[in-house]
Amino acid sequence: MNFKLNKIIPQLATLLAVILVFGFLTYNAQVNMDNRGIEFGFGFLTQESSFDVQFSLIDYDGSHSYARAYLVGLLNTLLVAFIGIILSTILGVIVGIARLSPNYLIERTAAWYVEFFRNIPLLLQIFFWYFAALRALPLPQDTEPMFGVFFLTIKGLFVPRFVWENLDIFFYSIIAAIISIVLIRNYARKLQENEGKQLPVFYISIGLFIILPLLTFLVGGVSLNFSIPELEQMSNTSFKYKGGLGIPPELIALTLALGLYTATFIAECVRAGIQGISKGQKEAAASIGLTPNQILKLVIMPQALRIIIPPTTNQYLNLTKNSSLAAAIAYPDLVLIFAGTALMQTGRAIEIVSITMLTYLSISLSISVLMNWYNKKIAIKEK
Amino acid sequence: MNKLNFLRPNIENLNTYLYSGIFLISIAILDVSLSSFFNTNITSFLPNFISFLLPLILGTVGLHIIRIEFSGIKNLDLLNKNINTNTFNAVLSLLIIFAVIKSIPPFLSWFIIDATISGDTKEACTGTGACWTYIKIWLNRFIYGMYPNELQWRINLSFIALIGLAFVGLIPSEKFKKFLTLYYVVIYPIIAFVLIYYLISGGAFGLEWVETGAWGGLSLTFIVSFFCLIFCFPVGMFLALGRRSDLPTVRYISVGFIEFWRGVPLITVLFMSSVMFPMFLPEDFFMDKLVRVIIAISLFEAAYVAEVIRGGLQALPRGQYDAAKSLGMGYWKMHIFVILPQALKLVIPGIANTFLALVKDTPLIFVVGLLEIVGMLNLAKTNPKWLGYAMEGYVFAAIIFWIICYAMSKYSYNLEIKYKTDR
Repeated sequence: MNFKLNKIIPQLATLLAVILVFGFLTYNAQVNMDNRGIEFGFGFLTQESSFDVQFSLIDYDGSHSYARAYLVGLLNTLLVAFIGIILSTILGVIVGIARLSPNYLIERTAAWYVEFFRNIPLLLQIFFWYFAALRALPLPQDTEPMFGVFFLTIKGLFVPRFVWENLDIFFYSIIAAIISIVLIRNYARKLQENEGKQLPVFYISIGLFIILPLLTFLVGGVSLNFSIPELEQMSNTSFKYKGGLGIPPELIALTLALGLYTATFIAECVRAGIQGISKGQKEAAASIGLTPNQILKLVIMPQALRIIIPPTTNQYLNLTKNSSLAAAIAYPDLVLIFAGTALMQTGRAIEIVSITMLTYLSISLSISVLMNWYNKKIAIKEK
Repeated sequence: MNKLNFLRPNIENLNTYLYSGIFLISIAILDVSLSSFFNTNITSFLPNFISFLLPLILGTVGLHIIRIEFSGIKNLDLLNKNINTNTFNAVLSLLIIFAVIKSIPPFLSWFIIDATISGDTKEACTGTGACWTYIKIWLNRFIYGMYPNELQWRINLSFIALIGLAFVGLIPSEKFKKFLTLYYVVIYPIIAFVLIYYLISGGAFGLEWVETGAWGGLSLTFIVSFFCLIFCFPVGMFLALGRRSDLPTVRYISVGFIEFWRGVPLITVLFMSSVMFPMFLPEDFFMDKLVRVIIAISLFEAAYVAEVIRGGLQALPRGQYDAAKSLGMGYWKMHIFVILPQALKLVIPGIANTFLALVKDTPLIFVVGLLEIVGMLNLAKTNPKWLGYAMEGYVFAAIIFWIICYAMSKYSYNLEIKYKTDR
């Protein structure tokens, strides 16, 4: 009896404490909202938002609803996260491998890069790129184009835009190429297991991936044109680019800072992963006659990836959460549009902050669930 | 075949290869240095493209010629082994050396040679380099924020006192060593709180009251990080224990708490503390925004600390728990005397990383209108008398943060070595 009480009493006490705290807070909120005449509810989401957003991936203006504004913010956040993840992965892998280079100069340079960018607050780096570095760029009318078509100005980067015709056929051809590559790989593996013959799978795959989409240009009626940005004078002093694709400086500063900062952490993950493979694995693989490429592909990488991927996914999550710093330089992401402008206009603090937090929370949790599933799948099955 | 082999360096003609290789490399480095320091191009008679690539080609050939294994010359072998193992490495090494030579002059000229530090106004900054005058004039604000000038001795005094009290742990003899943990965990935070409350905030003992809105700059960075460090550690420890507890209710509540805070960005937490939290407080109850921020950041970081400590708890072998239990220790005794001392030792690097992240997160408090050093920079940048010096300000803050964070990471590395016990 005594033994059971030992287990039950602390649990009851914690539960009671949590319920009391929550009850107290809810009661206060109820009283406060009654006093101010606000009613809790999400009806405001369908109201007209009547504010504009400078940069949006979908159609949006002031006549759309708050829910649409939320979607614009979410997409902008995901865009930053996506570009940042690609940038930081490429840079992180290169720097991580460079840290293991036998070349002293390369190893030191990579180490200095990591030590430098890791120890400076991300917000400061964003401010630096946005307010100091990008502000030093020339005005649109003074800009010299790079390679004739890229314009890097104080107003942002202007690049040619693709103008596609029959884009869907092009996509279908890419999907067809991927499917046929998978089939060929399977066939090649079977061929090797049964008859010991090897096919040059890599070259066949690359060939397929290039030739199939190219064919659609000839027979599928797909065509690709470029819309090159051109400078246009609006008035005496104001110039604007017409055509092309304008990337706002906020987005450039943000992705640059996020990419450079997160790359340092990914580099450390990559280094730890490769160092975590014991030398014996490599030697054993070499002793059974595998070529260096095969050793890397079949022995080292599968084991290193097992160590690298979980912490790297964590860094991707951090990057996504850090992208909320966009609000500091007025890039219209979820926090700025929704927890900033929309909150100011409607005054519905509880609903809006909860929605914002729940959005980030669900992104994080869904990736965590995926990660746990992946970890279980690749875990070494010990007998 | 012999003709092809003549360029392959061998040890028989060591000196010939060595001298010609060094000659080529010196020309390459000389060319780059001259164009970098004196802006002259000694190969201007060549076409532009070749003149641009010439140092790289000469250097690569030079490094190729001196790549002689077991030459018997110690420095040459060392050089070959470290930066010159093959052509690819040689090219990369050369590129790094050239990049360093190229970046020294603009860097030096901006930082020191063309920079200005004299004078009191913007007009003094006539050079093309940095305007350190701006930093000099604003330094007081960057460190103390809007805190009244004549009262700044109070901040200095309390910081000096806090640093002094932190070293008390070095003094006592073996007899008092056991009270040290108590001192650092309980007494020291209380002293710190009292000092900051009465000395910096004032309002008692005849000291003038200074509202927290006026606090700012680097001192605010220190105050916020200091209190968050102190609060987040115990909370995180309890959360970690809760997550490993075998009582389901406690475990689920801890898991929910930890995962919630880890899943949201700090900026939304601060938004919550500034716009949503007041709604949840009793009507006539007012909580200072600095206090709200410290609570919010502490809870946020506590979740991360909890996960780090949990890693340490999981890494301990089961035998430690079993042994402690077999000695008849209860839950708390077991954890305080056996489990936690070992687990915390294991997670020193992780804890240090979390604390570093905390210090780097402090600039975010601009969201609630508190201006620590980065916030003050942004304020100074928009001052009409000092427009256009954003770069200097950010470089200054970056140097300060870099020094703080680098020192912390080095210190944690030392701690790790000091407490390392071989198993």
